[in-house]
Amino acid sequence: MILVVAEYANGRLSKSTRELVSAARACGVEGQVAALVLGSGVGTIAGEAALLAEQVLVADRVELATYDAELWAAAVAQIAREGEAALVLIAAGRGGREYSPRVAVKLEAPLIEDAVSLKHEAGTLRAERYSFLSRVTETLETDADVVIATMKPGAYVPAEALAEAGEQFDVELELPVRRLHVTERQSAHSGWVPLTEADIVVAGGRGVGSAESFEQLVVGLADKLHAAVGATRAVVDAGWRPYAEQVGQTGVTVQPKLYIAVGISGAVQHLSGMNKARTIVAINKDGDAPIFSVADYGVAGDADAIVEALKSALG
Amino acid sequence: MRILAIVTQVPGAEERLKVAEGRVDLGASKLVIDTMDEYGVEAALRLREAGAEAEIIVLGIGPERVEATLRGALALGADRAVLVEAGGTDTALDVLAVSKVIADVAKREQVDLVLCGAQQADTDSHALGAAVAERLGWAQATWVTALKLDGSTLTGRHDVDDGAESFLLMLPAVVTAQQGLNEPRYPTLPNIMKSRKKELRREPLSSFNAAPKLRVVKQEMQARERLQRMIPSGDPQAAAVELLRALREEAKVLA
Repeated sequence: MILVVAEYANGRLSKSTRELVSAARACGVEGQVAALVLGSGVGTIAGEAALLAEQVLVADRVELATYDAELWAAAVAQIAREGEAALVLIAAGRGGREYSPRVAVKLEAPLIEDAVSLKHEAGTLRAERYSFLSRVTETLETDADVVIATMKPGAYVPAEALAEAGEQFDVELELPVRRLHVTERQSAHSGWVPLTEADIVVAGGRGVGSAESFEQLVVGLADKLHAAVGATRAVVDAGWRPYAEQVGQTGVTVQPKLYIAVGISGAVQHLSGMNKARTIVAINKDGDAPIFSVADYGVAGDADAIVEALKSALG
Repeated sequence: MRILAIVTQVPGAEERLKVAEGRVDLGASKLVIDTMDEYGVEAALRLREAGAEAEIIVLGIGPERVEATLRGALALGADRAVLVEAGGTDTALDVLAVSKVIADVAKREQVDLVLCGAQQADTDSHALGAAVAERLGWAQATWVTALKLDGSTLTGRHDVDDGAESFLLMLPAVVTAQQGLNEPRYPTLPNIMKSRKKELRREPLSSFNAAPKLRVVKQEMQARERLQRMIPSGDPQAAAVELLRALREEAKVLA
């Protein structure tokens, strides 16, 4: 079996989960695709997952109402062991990236992080991933009986629903006690488009000028395009934008269809978070900025005038 | 108490990388301490300065050249260093093998807290801290942006998928550091002098039962061809119209 750990947000299955199912179906590992749904009050999520996976394993428990790395790792490892999973697929978000290593250690299995492709042939699983701040593509191999892989968001096209819903099973779990106690939670505001799920990202850098112009230009253009808003580290450090919007090595990695960089010079740490976008547009005053060398379309000029013109052209 | 801070040696972010025979060749690159590990070393120093009676050990795994990076950490104020000599094969160890070495050193040295970078800039791995925590049976806090120690209670803040959380956990623990946690200091001349006399112990990799489970078949530089088409910006309105046309008709990424 291939075990896919379902992710969800705001009561809906995430796009990343459908991408994991695509990877599971395409990778060549034999066996059914089983989705594991962990949480509390996750009936709707399990129903959604049943349209994607042949089997849905549901652990609906109060203790799982909020994410915890040790709880998630224990649950996934137990289910993978009991189901004799050959492959465990986890979305490479912050959570997946921090509990997957624990699953791998528990199962003494290899861990492939942020895979962009997976192919199983003649007993060998071959994966591609990026390294050196996404400047290098590396190919990895393993012959292990069970492999844990986190999948980079955007690497696979989200899976289509099955004609027939998969079967749902409740699973019993032995869970450890939480050791990381959350004393306060600061969530991103509602209505926010998660960066990693967005088809279009409009991002701004220091070249935008000020927090006010960022709101006016970057957020304004994003609204017109129904896009998510991204920012560089410099902008977040300056306090113009929240950390959740930071794209790059210390922020999130995005792979949208369209990435519009406004007033971003293109430091390698930023590029590593967005250089896999299908199409990149750069708008920057300095025509020599490194961002133009990774852009498909560049406009060297005053960001203010160009973005305002874009906004009015979009109506 | 003892704090173990992990030090990885990586190419500087602006370094041009070279690939030879399917492997990244760092022979000609300027190598520096990984930025995120540096936040971890700084965090250890600050916990001590804030009152924790701690001995700070820095650990590096890799070939001889890693000594320079460990000396750099000693010059910042760490007390002693351990270099696990992994020949020229440091990149052949996968992250789980590296975590085995770290966990074993943590046990031998009886440390209470392990600090490392949230992501390493050579492997782009995010797994190190959590893998070490699991091997030791300890709790973890990853992507930490604030950290305080009171007795054996750690409190702090860290980033999660949809925002940030304040947390509390008891030692022993593994904490992974990132940007925002602190501003790393520069070494002072007297500290650089002193660091030369500090203990740097070498241990062979063979004394750890650490074998990789993944084989690296090849590494190659990404050569993604971008159009790099510049749109004249003399008339912003015309530039906007042309850009939107190109995105709709050529790139087909806009409806």
